[in-house]
Amino acid sequence: MFTRPMLASTRPSITINRPPRGTEAGVALGDARMKTAMAIQQLNLWYGKSQAIKQVSMEIPERRVTALIGPSGCGKSTLIRCLNRLNELVEGVRIEGGVLLYGQNIFDPSVDVIDLRKRVGMVFQKSNPFPKSIYENVAYGLRVDGEHRRGVLDQVVETSLKRAALWDEVKDRLHANALRLSGGQQQRLCIARAIAIEPEVLLLDEPCSALDPIATGKIEELLYALKERYTIAIVTHNMQQAARVSDFTGFLLMGELIEFGQTEKLFTTPRDPRTEAYITGRFG
Amino acid sequence: MSPQRKRRATGALQRLPIWMTGIALGTSLLMIIGLIGLIMARGLGTFWPAPLWEITLKDGKSYLGLVHHVEAIPHQADAQGRPVRRTLYRIGNRELYGADFVWVNHADIVSRQRPADTVSIERLEWGPFYGFLAEVNTPAQMARGDSRLLWQSLRREIPVAHRRARKIRHMEKSVIGNINYSIESHRLALRKLQLRKPASAGSMEPERRRHEDAIAALQARYETIAQELQHLRAEDGAYQVVLKDIGGKARELPISSLVRVHRPNQLSFPGRVAVYASRLQEFVFGQPREANSEGGVAPAIFGTVMMTLIMSLAVMPLGVLAALYLHEYAKQGAIVSIVRIAVNNLAGVPSIVFGVFGLGFFCYLIGGTIDQLFFPERLPTPTFGGGAILWASLTLALLTVPVVIVSTEEALAAVPNGVREASLACGATKFQTIWRVVLPAAIPGILTGTILAMARGAGEVAPLMITGVVKLAPDLPVDHFAPFVHLDRKFMHLGFHIYDVGFQSPNVEASKAMVYMTTLLLLGIVVCLNLTAMQIRGRLREQFRGAEV
Repeated sequence: MFTRPMLASTRPSITINRPPRGTEAGVALGDARMKTAMAIQQLNLWYGKSQAIKQVSMEIPERRVTALIGPSGCGKSTLIRCLNRLNELVEGVRIEGGVLLYGQNIFDPSVDVIDLRKRVGMVFQKSNPFPKSIYENVAYGLRVDGEHRRGVLDQVVETSLKRAALWDEVKDRLHANALRLSGGQQQRLCIARAIAIEPEVLLLDEPCSALDPIATGKIEELLYALKERYTIAIVTHNMQQAARVSDFTGFLLMGELIEFGQTEKLFTTPRDPRTEAYITGRFG
Repeated sequence: MSPQRKRRATGALQRLPIWMTGIALGTSLLMIIGLIGLIMARGLGTFWPAPLWEITLKDGKSYLGLVHHVEAIPHQADAQGRPVRRTLYRIGNRELYGADFVWVNHADIVSRQRPADTVSIERLEWGPFYGFLAEVNTPAQMARGDSRLLWQSLRREIPVAHRRARKIRHMEKSVIGNINYSIESHRLALRKLQLRKPASAGSMEPERRRHEDAIAALQARYETIAQELQHLRAEDGAYQVVLKDIGGKARELPISSLVRVHRPNQLSFPGRVAVYASRLQEFVFGQPREANSEGGVAPAIFGTVMMTLIMSLAVMPLGVLAALYLHEYAKQGAIVSIVRIAVNNLAGVPSIVFGVFGLGFFCYLIGGTIDQLFFPERLPTPTFGGGAILWASLTLALLTVPVVIVSTEEALAAVPNGVREASLACGATKFQTIWRVVLPAAIPGILTGTILAMARGAGEVAPLMITGVVKLAPDLPVDHFAPFVHLDRKFMHLGFHIYDVGFQSPNVEASKAMVYMTTLLLLGIVVCLNLTAMQIRGRLREQFRGAEV
């Protein structure tokens, strides 16, 4: 169910605190040459009266995989859903702070949320293909954008499915119903659908939590290939997965970003005792 | 209590809900099957040609008729204590006897036999005639005497007579109908000219003359055709059949007025089947006769189906759009809840109230305004300003819209939220999401609502009686005069037909069978409409199969 579009009074109130770009991230990530795709700045989020995100600041570097880990309910999904403003659909939500996409605050009134979502694609926890054909699923983003030329659509559908490593499995039945695919195939179809509109950033919200290990392995391989072209942010509650696929990892606990750094370092030499407790399996 | 007994007791207790639910279902099924069975038994049996009995009574009277109904007279018993029984015979020949039916006590009967050469005649007027053939008169020959030969020549003459009757009817309805229609349209054009500002009276003169000349020409043509018609009628009148009733009273009838003749006491089984099929065919495809108590119900079938379709076309968009607003756009809160409760309660308003509203709002207010704006030349005769199939359909749409709203809302709620989010995350607007993803997924549910609405609407009578249904509509709402579909016309409806024939008919006993048959037909039509909609829904569901997995 949709909630009503927000009135002026319920529009998330935003305070922008813009630090100089590039420098801080470079230092934090230990590599000054890396470019920042998205920067989260002192983000706070409330659902009604309860605060779900507390003063989170982090950077998502370009063409790398950034993982968010943490126990259930720590705010990982909420955080990632701020990045394409999907959280605004929830009634009673209030956001403070800023999220910059290549330097532009996505909460700025001049930003068109439709454009933003075309630049920041998303794949969800539960695979959610439309009850349409495989072809129409992948072509959806282009169709709603007004693209009707058959040749262009064919081309995009093919490349997207190839990039999502699904082409060989479905090329003979592009016009079959997407809902007849297996769970893993459906999730890869959702990835193909998300990358069909050539987003700059791809958000994945626990994309493998409903999949078996083989399907999970396929998706992980896919992420490895996709980071050549896209900036990827992935939420996972599976630490092994975070360790396998990501270059950077952030650990969230009770809405706070406890630690953020290179994956290798975070998993081998965590600075915070809570991170250590979590990754060694003492809680969560 | 021993443990074993206790176990048995709890076992019985556990089975109790199964029994209760089972009994409830069984009762409902039994009632439905009983109802349909009764209607079918009473309805389908009536077209079967029954034998004609000649009964002689103790007082010397004799009757010729078919057994309509047998019953025991209440509170009466004969010497042996057995109940006294009597039979209702249908003796027909209304113009001779005044009544079609007669009660005969079994005790009064002297003899009862089935004379072989009786004929049963269904005709255009006065109900059936049961009797014997006396003469068949045509310009070429006058036959009398031998009943077998008379029967043969009558059988030979009837198709010819029907051809003549068809020709006459064609002249009356189509040829003269077309002339009348043209005269009427010229008259209306003239009236329109009169209503225009008198300033340009001079410039209108040639146009006025043109219409007047056209009317004069049409009048002249009408005269010729009327003469031709008179000639045809006179020719037809030369073909007569003379019938005699059991008492010897003679009755002369034009052969073209006989609808169907048969000799019930000589019919073979295939012959009976043929008579049955012919009656059934006339019922379904024919025009009503005798104040609707005989003949067919084709115009009523047409009216019912057309009204139901127009209603569905109106109710679907209205209900779906309303439900979309309620479910997708409106901020969920106290006001929406109140609106929702109000919509649900709308379904409980007596349907006659909707009828009154439809009459006041649609017929008089909207229809009246349309008449003033677009058809001033026809006033004071209303065009849209009275009962009309359009207004009746819209009234029913209003009556059934809550059903569609409720089921559409349920269907929308069943569309998983993930699909909406996925669409928005692809950069679709909210409208695109609803139009391209949510609505298609909800269509099976929406169709379920429409099916329920159709079933309810097709069986509704009360609001129709004041918004456009008539006992006998001269013209169908669709014909060959432009614009072909006349939504301003009154129409016939099976539900009203049932009420009218069953309770308003001058000859209730004779039309009872029609009531059962019409009910059966109405049920059949509702089932057909529903099956069609379900077929469409099934096909769409196939498309979304797996959505629930």
